[in-house]
Amino acid sequence: MDERPVSPALKIAAGLMFLFLLAPLLVVLPISFSGDDFMAFPPSSWSVKWYGAIFANSVMMNAFWISLALAFVVTVLSLGIGLPAAYALVRLKPPGAEALSNLFSAPLLLPTIVLGLALLLVFAPMGLIGSFQGLVAAHLIVTLPYAVRVLSTALANLPLTVEEAAGMLGARPLTVFFRVTLPMMRSGLVSTTALCFLVSFDEVVLSLFMTGPRLQTLPVAMYNHVDQQADPMAAAISVLLVVLTLAVVLVVDRTAGLTRTFVK
Amino acid sequence: MTSLTLCHAEPRRLGPLGTASALLLPIAVVNAIGFLWPVVNLLKMSFREAQASGALGAGYNLDTWTNALTDSFTLELITNSVGVSLLITVLTLIASYPIALYLHRSTGTWRTVLMVLVVAPLLTSAVVRTYGWIAILSDRGLVANALMALGMAEPPRLMFNLTGVVIGLTEILMPYMILALLSGFGRLDPRLEEAALTLGASPLKTFWRVVLPLTAPGMALGGLLCFVLAISSFVTPKLLGGGRVFLLATEIYDQAIVTLNWPLAAALSMIVLVVFGISLTLYARALRRIA
Repeated sequence: MDERPVSPALKIAAGLMFLFLLAPLLVVLPISFSGDDFMAFPPSSWSVKWYGAIFANSVMMNAFWISLALAFVVTVLSLGIGLPAAYALVRLKPPGAEALSNLFSAPLLLPTIVLGLALLLVFAPMGLIGSFQGLVAAHLIVTLPYAVRVLSTALANLPLTVEEAAGMLGARPLTVFFRVTLPMMRSGLVSTTALCFLVSFDEVVLSLFMTGPRLQTLPVAMYNHVDQQADPMAAAISVLLVVLTLAVVLVVDRTAGLTRTFVK
Repeated sequence: MTSLTLCHAEPRRLGPLGTASALLLPIAVVNAIGFLWPVVNLLKMSFREAQASGALGAGYNLDTWTNALTDSFTLELITNSVGVSLLITVLTLIASYPIALYLHRSTGTWRTVLMVLVVAPLLTSAVVRTYGWIAILSDRGLVANALMALGMAEPPRLMFNLTGVVIGLTEILMPYMILALLSGFGRLDPRLEEAALTLGASPLKTFWRVVLPLTAPGMALGGLLCFVLAISSFVTPKLLGGGRVFLLATEIYDQAIVTLNWPLAAALSMIVLVVFGISLTLYARALRRIA
């Protein structure tokens, strides 16, 4: 399908670099089926025992349910807070809308290590460290900017004429929003949901500052596990996480188009 | 019934500005509590009195700052972090450039497949990818076993040192660099290269004199992005460094969680932000010179 000839040297260089880029993901799959008690590559025998080990490991299972609940709550709140904000910024354009939208995306510019420390210093005296509420608040800081940005783009790309027509035909503003605007920005809503869910589910640095010994998210539990012993169980969890991510990405691709969502 | 009338009456009574304020209130509250206040508090914290027990003194002074900026360990942290991040940025650029150029030249389904392969690592957790690198670089890993199979008695240690951190972070930052390069490759018209080749320039000279200068803005953007992400990355240096690699980000975490010296952690964070500011300024200057 190439229109322009590509020199063989470039092909080889790009191929090698792709191999380097995908290497860590490529080795994780065979290791997850290792029969060894420690991590070695290539493994000396094969089994599925490490997948069974995940379900027998109460720390990992608890952490998984906490991460799932956390990602769900954070996603719902991001949509609930981000959608009105995006509507106000794009449709109502109050004075200073541009400055406000810069302020709302500013948390993404801050390195997460700095943001994590800043949140720790404020949340610790309030007793929010190691609490679910603290985790929700910390994750919201980083998911909301994505939500507002994607939803604003979705809103700005909608043709205004349909909404105006509905308004002229007597529909009230709220009816127009729920019956016309919202259904039309379906792909933006799907992308936002997927993005917020994945960002929250994968978030590790902020969570490391926010979690205590009693309450761990899955990435934090994995981090602690790998830090102490890098056995093949971490590989099995990694494979399941990659499968979960792929499933989410496929759903987004079907409904909204992957490249339009993430590459722009 | 009452809720219905409320729904109708509310927006009309508020007017457009009032409605906008009401809709923006929740996000403003989250932003104020979760961003503005913590950042201001962080700056204040770096001037608080630190006591050996981990408790905070009541007063404000410059002790933490003067100690940090005269301590040779802190200075080493800063130079180490900046140096390692620069090295990682250069390596990421070298590794990403061929992929970006190849992606820029490919079309259709093939391009979509490759694009997914570039974005997919971005969507997987840094912990997962770092774990993959442990599997490759550890003493019983892929590289060590391959070298031993080739007859090397004692393969070099690739983990729990700076080498591992540099290799791991280079790979982890590649997707960002590739996307930044691609965004800047729009100016690269293949006809310009064809013209240079037709006019007798060698392929190497064409690359050096035509392709490279045209893609410089993308390289500057990718460089800024990778440098900034490298100097603030924490998970990979911690896991692949095994506690033997000391960088600003890992030290911030240790001071905050292990040593409980919050003023010093806050001061180190401020230093990271200063490095950020300097790199942004340098980027803006580089961009002006390119253009």
